[in-house]
Amino acid sequence: MIPGPVHQGRLESPFYARLKELDTVNEWHQWKGYTAANELYCAETEYFAIRNATAVFDLTPMTKYRITGPDALDYLDRLVTRDMSKVAPGRVAYAAWCDDQGQVIDDGTIFHLREGEYRLCSQERHYGWLLDAAAGFDVDVAHETDDVAALAVQGPTSYSVLSQLGIAGLDALKPFGLMHANFRGADLVISRTGFTGDLGYELWIEPYKAAALWDALFEAGELFGIRAIGTIALDMARIEAGFIAVYEEFLPADETVRTGRSRSPFELGLGWLVDFKKPNFNGRRALAREYRDGSAWQLVKLDIEGNKPAHHAYIFPKEKRNKGDIGFITSAMWSPVCKKNIALGTVRAPYGKPGDALWVEIYYQREMHWSRKMAQATVVDRPFWYPDRRGATPPGPY
Amino acid sequence: MRTYDAIVVGAGHNGLTTAAFLAKAGLDVVCVEKNDYIGGAAVSRNLYQDWIYSNCSYVCSLLRPEIFRALELHKHGLQITPFGGSVQFMENGDYFGAYHDPEVAYRELARFSRRDADNYKTYRADTMRQCRFIRDFLLNTAPDPTSFKPGDLRELLEIGGKFAEMGEDRMYETIRFWTMSVADYLDEYFETEVIKAAKAGSGIIGTALGVYSPGTAYVLLHHYMGEVDGNVGSWGFARGGMGAVSNAIAGAFQAAGGELRTEAGVDTIIVKNGKATGVALENGDEIDGRLVVSAMDVKRTFLKCVERSELPDQFVHRVENFKIRGSSGKLNIALDGLPTFPALPEGSSLINSDMHFIDSLERMERAYDDWKAGTWSKDPYVDMVIPTLSDPTMAPPGKHFMSCFVQYCPHQVEGRAWTSEEKDAFGRTVIDQIANYSPDFRDLILHVEVRTPEDIENEIGITEGNIFHGELTMDQLLFNRPIPGFAQYRSPVDGLYMCGSSTHPGGGVMAAPGANAAREILADLGRQNTVPENFGDD
Repeated sequence: MIPGPVHQGRLESPFYARLKELDTVNEWHQWKGYTAANELYCAETEYFAIRNATAVFDLTPMTKYRITGPDALDYLDRLVTRDMSKVAPGRVAYAAWCDDQGQVIDDGTIFHLREGEYRLCSQERHYGWLLDAAAGFDVDVAHETDDVAALAVQGPTSYSVLSQLGIAGLDALKPFGLMHANFRGADLVISRTGFTGDLGYELWIEPYKAAALWDALFEAGELFGIRAIGTIALDMARIEAGFIAVYEEFLPADETVRTGRSRSPFELGLGWLVDFKKPNFNGRRALAREYRDGSAWQLVKLDIEGNKPAHHAYIFPKEKRNKGDIGFITSAMWSPVCKKNIALGTVRAPYGKPGDALWVEIYYQREMHWSRKMAQATVVDRPFWYPDRRGATPPGPY
Repeated sequence: MRTYDAIVVGAGHNGLTTAAFLAKAGLDVVCVEKNDYIGGAAVSRNLYQDWIYSNCSYVCSLLRPEIFRALELHKHGLQITPFGGSVQFMENGDYFGAYHDPEVAYRELARFSRRDADNYKTYRADTMRQCRFIRDFLLNTAPDPTSFKPGDLRELLEIGGKFAEMGEDRMYETIRFWTMSVADYLDEYFETEVIKAAKAGSGIIGTALGVYSPGTAYVLLHHYMGEVDGNVGSWGFARGGMGAVSNAIAGAFQAAGGELRTEAGVDTIIVKNGKATGVALENGDEIDGRLVVSAMDVKRTFLKCVERSELPDQFVHRVENFKIRGSSGKLNIALDGLPTFPALPEGSSLINSDMHFIDSLERMERAYDDWKAGTWSKDPYVDMVIPTLSDPTMAPPGKHFMSCFVQYCPHQVEGRAWTSEEKDAFGRTVIDQIANYSPDFRDLILHVEVRTPEDIENEIGITEGNIFHGELTMDQLLFNRPIPGFAQYRSPVDGLYMCGSSTHPGGGVMAAPGANAAREILADLGRQNTVPENFGDD
């Protein structure tokens, strides 16, 4: 037990002082108890740093668990829906885990740091669930959110920035790969992962080296357009990438009160993460039933006509609304790089197949007055933004 | 002589609520009260200098917002201010605080157990799910499962539908929840004793059961399902004390043309040819009424105020066996200043919170053991609040009113009346427990009112001083409350209705029993309903 009193205000990440130095707008929010920037100077400029140069985002508040022990692999394989035995040391896996009813508790990334040593990163906190799931396994689950400082370094010049930083062997690092480097005596983990759908990396280091890493990174990136960014810009990039976000596209199943408000992996477009060939995993029976009988909901990526973002819009099968709605938009934006009006949404089966032409009811405000527009929305099956450089190894100096 | 359309017996908040809705429907209503003040157990009393005590009920959140709105209680002076947080002082000198800010609350939970901290959101969601299920029934008459009347069938179908909608697993959970103990329920989420003790208090308040007694999980829910401005689970203070609730409802009643008579205790409810025709007062006066509505508890109503010969034997037998046991006492204290609690950090927001001085389920169960042995808890569960930290109207500036709710305190000591020495000793037990955590507390005390269940019975009239007018256990809830077959506010006597907390959905200053009774009465009279409907999903 830790002696009180607990810290009463917002926590500051090891990068906070650096962010504060760069900040000109003083727009902050609370992220898992930490102070996090909405934007630092201009969300739009920050967004273009992601797509045009290199953007640096402080990931430290992301929930992190260290999973070790002889049964670490078996434990994770039992926990998540995908086959973890295929994730070799030095690889990272995107994964989801479910309750007994096959409803998603959370999604996250699992880093196979070294043989038998894993880090699980997620948006939400699940220590109770992870410990319960560990029954019968010789495994140690440790909470390490505050013990690891993390930065996302994302964008077309990110490879050049990190090369300039002197990271040897970066050229061989493939998407969803990770490597260890020595940063002034500390173990720096670099993974080719991110939430932007672009070329990018995430850096993980002990907090005492955080400020030094930041300084070295910004020095290395000076000629490559490096900029710190806040959450608004990052969220734009993730919608373009078609990535789902907790509390937007789904709720943790163990926090839902009303029936039918949780989602299964199939309903979130994560069917590819469910592997019925591997040994038992939590939620398997329910998911097998759903796979056989069909899902109730379907996540859709929508390409919407016109230029008015479809925030919180209802989705209809026909332009005439009297047919009743079939779902709603969960995230929407005008995409500056695609010059498209894009959105993610959730619709009832059997709607939502690629190519389906649906309708959304958009409310928009001009000079105080509200207007309504029915706009056609086409279901697409690819991310809105998927540049070649995202998959290229070595990525090249864009 | 004047014949009223309705005589309501007892000017507590439920009696006044029934009276107000009947008066709003155009009925000629008189509400009679035995004391020289109104409010029953939702009352503000001036017993010492310029201090105002909420000397029975002391916090407010269960009061149905639908009723508040329909009676426009804001126009009659009622204002509910939310207050946040609670603290549990521990024997080892530490404390556990429940903070208003969710992240600070998380850190505090994690200080004891990260597992408990992460499980808290699941606990909250699971408890809220049960809350949503029951909250919808608060402003509805409980349907009779043996009835084939369309209204009952429709309501039963609705309950069945809501239940089935939960899905298989959650249906099982619900059935378990309604019968399990609060300790067993909390064990499923938390491993830290003090955290469980902090949550378990709501499972025993006002109840002659221990934390390990089956059925106490529901009592927890009963305290959890309140709200302040849509924030389900939060609690508030009525500005000016709990009397503000009764006074505001009385204001609405009088504004609708109702008549209030104090010092008019009812001796007998007059029954002629199987029908209630009025009341005979203790002073010998009689009042004629086309119907009589009793806001008194079911025992007092039928065992003390109606001729036994007018009632069916089996009914009387059931009333006699209705569980309404005195289990809670109260200390109301005038303070010369704000006591300090050295365990808390300087300037901590927890000073504004609900305070408790017991840190384990075991201590809570031991407190119950004393009650079972017929005496007060030597190490009690005390729910202590200082309303004057946010309410400037209840004590002079710089001075404070402290309300200590005490669990457990028997109606009588080992089966006989309390002696004044015993009453003093009971008060000292509570003061000593608090003083263990606040060295300057004792010296700040200017006046103490000690209230045993016996005092509450003698003054307010509630049998055994039971704050809920009867235990909130499954055998006495919904269609079983107060008596199976008589759970819809009607009685075996024509024209005699019940509207107190002995009826569904029970006590807690909800005003729902009073409103539901009014709706049934108006339906019987073929009058237009003035009682609001549930706000619905939340």
